[in-house]
Amino acid sequence: MNFELDEDILFLKKNVRDFIQTEVEAVAMQIEEENHIPERVINLSKEMGLFGLSIPEEYGGLGIDMVGKCALYEEIGQTHNGYTTLIGAHTGIGTVGIVEMGNEQQKRKYLPDMANGEKIGAFALTEPAAGSNAANLKTTAVRKGDKYIINGLKHYITNATEASVFTVMAATDPEKGSKGITSFIVEKDFPGFQVGAVEKKMGLRGSHSAECIFEDCEVPVENVLGVEGQGYVNALKILTNGRAGLASRNLGSCLKLLDMSTRYARERIQFGKPIIRNQAVSHMLAEMAVEIEALRSFTYRVAWMVDQGMKVIKEAAMLKLYGSEVYNRVADKAVQIHGGLGYIADYPIERFFRDARITRIYEGTSEIQKNIIAGQLEKEYN
Amino acid sequence: MNIYVLMKRTFDTEEKIALSGGKINEDGAEFIINPYDEYAIEEAIQVRDANGGEVTVISVGNEETEKQLRTALAMGADKAVLINIEDEIENGDQFTTAKILAEYLKDKDADLIIGGNVAIDNASGQVGPRVAELLTIPYVTTITKLEIDGTNVTVTRDVEGDAEVIETSLPLLVTAQQGLNEPRYPSLPGIMKAKKKPLEELELDDLDLEEEDVEAKTKTIEIYLPPKKEAGRVLTGDLNEQVQELVQLLHTEAKVI
Ligand SMILES: Cc1cc2nc3c(=O)[nH]c(=O)nc-3n(C[C@H](O)[C@H](O)[C@H](O)COP(=O)(O)OP(=O)(O)OC[C@H]3O[C@@H](n4cnc5c(N)ncnc54)[C@H](O)[C@@H]3O)c2cc1C
Ligand SMILES: Cc1cc2nc3c(=O)[nH]c(=O)nc-3n(C[C@H](O)[C@H](O)[C@H](O)COP(=O)(O)OP(=O)(O)OC[C@H]3O[C@@H](n4cnc5c(N)ncnc54)[C@H](O)[C@@H]3O)c2cc1C
Repeated sequence: MNFELDEDILFLKKNVRDFIQTEVEAVAMQIEEENHIPERVINLSKEMGLFGLSIPEEYGGLGIDMVGKCALYEEIGQTHNGYTTLIGAHTGIGTVGIVEMGNEQQKRKYLPDMANGEKIGAFALTEPAAGSNAANLKTTAVRKGDKYIINGLKHYITNATEASVFTVMAATDPEKGSKGITSFIVEKDFPGFQVGAVEKKMGLRGSHSAECIFEDCEVPVENVLGVEGQGYVNALKILTNGRAGLASRNLGSCLKLLDMSTRYARERIQFGKPIIRNQAVSHMLAEMAVEIEALRSFTYRVAWMVDQGMKVIKEAAMLKLYGSEVYNRVADKAVQIHGGLGYIADYPIERFFRDARITRIYEGTSEIQKNIIAGQLEKEYN
Repeated sequence: MNIYVLMKRTFDTEEKIALSGGKINEDGAEFIINPYDEYAIEEAIQVRDANGGEVTVISVGNEETEKQLRTALAMGADKAVLINIEDEIENGDQFTTAKILAEYLKDKDADLIIGGNVAIDNASGQVGPRVAELLTIPYVTTITKLEIDGTNVTVTRDVEGDAEVIETSLPLLVTAQQGLNEPRYPSLPGIMKAKKKPLEELELDDLDLEEEDVEAKTKTIEIYLPPKKEAGRVLTGDLNEQVQELVQLLHTEAKVI
């Protein structure tokens, strides 16, 4: 057993850290106030190659394995979560479908521009009537000659306003339910496609989630992603393998919060001594540290399993659940340790507290993860 | 164009520095590319991209210096050369470094050599000019702008806040001042590619140098941290008296006038 990252990955990680800590942290407050990520930081991130971190080398990406990706996400998670989400959704659910299910022609066509950030990716599954019950989607795709005609409405789609390439799930055979869904690569300029209302959210400012409207949207047959009728399975695969990535971004945010909380508790004097000298405070820090360490081990273990090609349905669901819940507990304690300051918007703690909340909801709610885990457990005893 | 960059590995002076046994304690210190040398690397890459050619980064250092050289390669340099003097020289100085660099460079037909204006650790600002002297080529220090047209070069140099424009020609050595450019971050694909770029490692022997040839010309007598800043003193009383007292203190205590 070996718990060490290899040297190349450590070197990449250090460089990502330097970049995130100098360039992105410097504008974190600005992102929050303006609900916008400055172009300069986006351009620098493109030059860094961050948009290509999940794309194979032959298509212009970095070509590293899941463990390596998690090591970098851990650094990207240590700053404003709006920025983290832009990169995370693009390099995760936004590109992974094409990387894993795309044919050679589709990969050649889309991945190089996605790797250099020229084209941003998004993943459109959720609809008003199909959230947790994603198979209930109402968007349809009807074949007409060498095209599919898509009609329907997706909502809450992250990166929709920035994206040029969407992985879209639609029903090609509504009778068949989850087995009648197909995934498509839709470009923002395809006729009949439009981005609708942008949501106002509790957090993740700078990242935008919006409606995607399909009105007789024409998609060429060659843009079917994978096999017709396999769209639901594709979506689950994309989400499953993305879970280690999401957990490592949560891990990064947790590490940042522990760092800020420990420093603060050592410096903040009340009753004539640093507040860390009170067991009530020091035990909160200890609990944070333990959960973070457990999350770290679990994250890299699942990433390693993905790299071995092992089946991770249950473990990935456990990790999604655990990582999100830990992030929320850590954020809550961080607010508590900072006292009034933890509630004040001049300081980043309350922002992390709000941003943490979404992780229990998107990419499958905590309850849905428990359903998956229990379902898998039950199967194991069949 | 044949471009060489002189690069030093230094500790990060923004981090805490500790002394032990009369030396700077290297355990736990963060090591970086000397920031002025980062400008040099960036400039070299830009000059190459505009004029063609090759960028070679050279460092006189130890085995650990490979990390900083790899970073330079990741930024976009083509080749790196490490002259490892770890086993042979314990206390080198600017003369040592310059002599070794010049010995390496003397038959390389360099068109342009770029160094940092100073290294943030010892801050002597001597290595660049010394190398140029040894190679008998012109040099311009603390530059903030470099324009090359054929073999004609126009350099803007920072003279304590003012700008001096100098016309000169290749071959040339320049040293970079802050403001010359904004060094890029090494890109992640660049880092992966850097692994495959050539990094040559040499020792004094390979340059036909003996230890005596490069022996330091200076001797370090003592290394100490600057004194802790003491609390200021507030003068009180009538303004005229305060001024008198201040002038007197500047004479007798601070001894600055
Ligand atoms: C900021 C943000 C970004 C998003 N980004 C994307 C994106 O990029 N692409 C995309 O496709 N979607 C995206 N989503 C959608 C997200 O994945 C869904 O919101 C999520 O899956 C939950 O669906 P829902 O909102 O319809 O809630 P519902 O499914 O209506 O759930 C409501 C509650 O009921 C519970 N519940 C539902 N069914 C069950 C059950 N069977 N057992 C137990 N409990 C149950 C849920 O756990 C939850 O607590 C995003 C959402 C947000 C808020
Ligand atoms: C929105 C808002 C409105 C407010 N309104 C008012 C108001 O109208 N009037 C007013 O006077 N004040 C007000 N306050 C101030 C508020 O009461 C204080 O923020 C609160 O008492 C905590 O003090 P602190 O922020 O200095 O945190 P600190 O006292 O520094 O506490 C930091 C952490 O250390 C812990 N801690 C400190 N000492 C000990 C100890 N001995 N043992 C164990 N744990 C300890 C705390 O529980 C906390 O977790 C307001 C604050 C906010 C954020």
